[in-house]
Amino acid sequence: MDELLILAVALPILGATLTTALPRWALAVGLLAALVTSATGLAVTAAVWWQGPLHLAVGGWEAPLGVALRADGLTAALLAMINLVALGISIYASGYFRASGKLVHFWPLWLLLWASLNGAFMSADLFNIYVTLEVMGLSAASLGALGGSRAAVVANLRYLLVGLLGSMTYLLGVALVYTAYGTLELHLLAERITAGPQGAAALVLVTAGLALKAALFPLHFWLPPAHSAAPAPVSAALSALVVKAAFYLILRLWLGPFAAVTTTSAAVVLGLLGAGGVVWGSWRALRAERLKLLAAYSTVAQVGYLFLFLPMLAVTPAGPGRASLTAGLALMALSHGFAKAGLFLAAGQLQQYAGHDRINDLGPAAREHPASTFAVALAGVALVGLPPSGTFFGKWLLISNAFATGQWWWVVVVLLGTLLAASYTFRVLSRAFSTERVPRQAPTDLRTELPALVLTATAVVLLLFLARPLWTLLGLDADAALPGLAGGWR
Amino acid sequence: MLPQALYGAAGILLFVIGLWSLLVHASILRKLIAINIMGSGVFHVFIAVAYRGPALAPDPVPHALVLTGIVAAVSATALALALAARLEQPTERDPADHG
Repeated sequence: MDELLILAVALPILGATLTTALPRWALAVGLLAALVTSATGLAVTAAVWWQGPLHLAVGGWEAPLGVALRADGLTAALLAMINLVALGISIYASGYFRASGKLVHFWPLWLLLWASLNGAFMSADLFNIYVTLEVMGLSAASLGALGGSRAAVVANLRYLLVGLLGSMTYLLGVALVYTAYGTLELHLLAERITAGPQGAAALVLVTAGLALKAALFPLHFWLPPAHSAAPAPVSAALSALVVKAAFYLILRLWLGPFAAVTTTSAAVVLGLLGAGGVVWGSWRALRAERLKLLAAYSTVAQVGYLFLFLPMLAVTPAGPGRASLTAGLALMALSHGFAKAGLFLAAGQLQQYAGHDRINDLGPAAREHPASTFAVALAGVALVGLPPSGTFFGKWLLISNAFATGQWWWVVVVLLGTLLAASYTFRVLSRAFSTERVPRQAPTDLRTELPALVLTATAVVLLLFLARPLWTLLGLDADAALPGLAGGWR
Repeated sequence: MLPQALYGAAGILLFVIGLWSLLVHASILRKLIAINIMGSGVFHVFIAVAYRGPALAPDPVPHALVLTGIVAAVSATALALALAARLEQPTERDPADHG
């Protein structure tokens, strides 16, 4: 079963090679590779569910010399989301790029990005993480510039340079870790690390590099132009998956190998920056004139929420309490992944129907294409955090833990962000209402409209039922850990 | 020990110079060179780490890391140059840009 881990990275790379070698069959080979890859990713989740954590020393080389891959409950939960969303994006892209003939370029880059995502989530050593980050940055920037417009190239060239700055900063941190502790393997590092200036400097560099890639306020400046100028399926992948990977790595490193070095005040600093992201991102989303720009700013806000969990995790001792908080964080990340991907896919569809994505003039297109508009509405439900979406439960845990740990001021941020999110969602949806008669239409293009609907519906409805398995996957007794509110959701 | 410390400190100095240059210069080419200088700084640190005194052979792991890092840096530079070159060409998608 452990071999599944390397397959989840190797198969998309093989697919990328094949789509490059056989451009005439790019569509068929690409879709096949997407299916096989997502099946493998889900198989990893299933294997962790049945067997517990997986570990693979690639090629039989054990640490410290070899490269190890590892998957535990948190990895498995996020891998499932990544691979389901990526499959939806693949199906959508096969319809979206049909007319422009860009599929030949899309498939190899997209499959490489997918491989690097799976790799980043499973990597068990700091340098391997760096390699996956570089592959991710290069393929993401190329994909973002695929539209070919000047704005897209400018935005993604900047995205590439910012990404390189992030990975160089991260790499310097890795060099300091190797100097001080002589290992890059995460578990060995956790045993050897001690609080001190070297560990603190390495933590700051590694975190800063990753925070730049995760678009933590105020390091988010590159995200809105890059994500809004990219083709819709690429925006979906960048906002829902790539940003999530950088955040996941920060979380992994803070809770794992660097736990001895992190301090509560450092976590509070990240929490404050996250709060800045929630408020500023939501405000700019409310003021955005274009739908894709709105979605991009909303990502800045949603990443902010994830960082709000860090100060609470820092003061919660390891045990069921922290694991439950981590599960809430995972649920929030999963919901955002599904909802934001679906929102970008639906926005791209409306943009193609209307020929633009100016929110004020989207009314007619929104009324004529109810399936896409409904997907936008569902995504809005998940972004605001209305029940029964996963975000609702995540925010609930966030708020109750803020009170429980005596940090009530984070609640103000959550409430303000929620109010702003409701405002920007309703601002978009209000364009869809009118007394004019419009022709009755079912979904007009299944291949592009269905993935958006399924992904957003997953964020709103399905995750409710997945809360229990998620808690079990993270090694918690779901009956004990989901009292009160969630008790009624069994 | 002194040459190793000097080499490592020089690496960090290079990183800082590169970072400063990246932030203050507007030209893409200068930014790209700055990032490569930052990278060279990090590689210097790795090479300094590998030194284990005159009696022992150098640690091979940092060398392997530097090789991988150089490959990544070269690929990234190539992609950035390709995108920058694209900006120099007129595009048919955006008539406003050259009209």
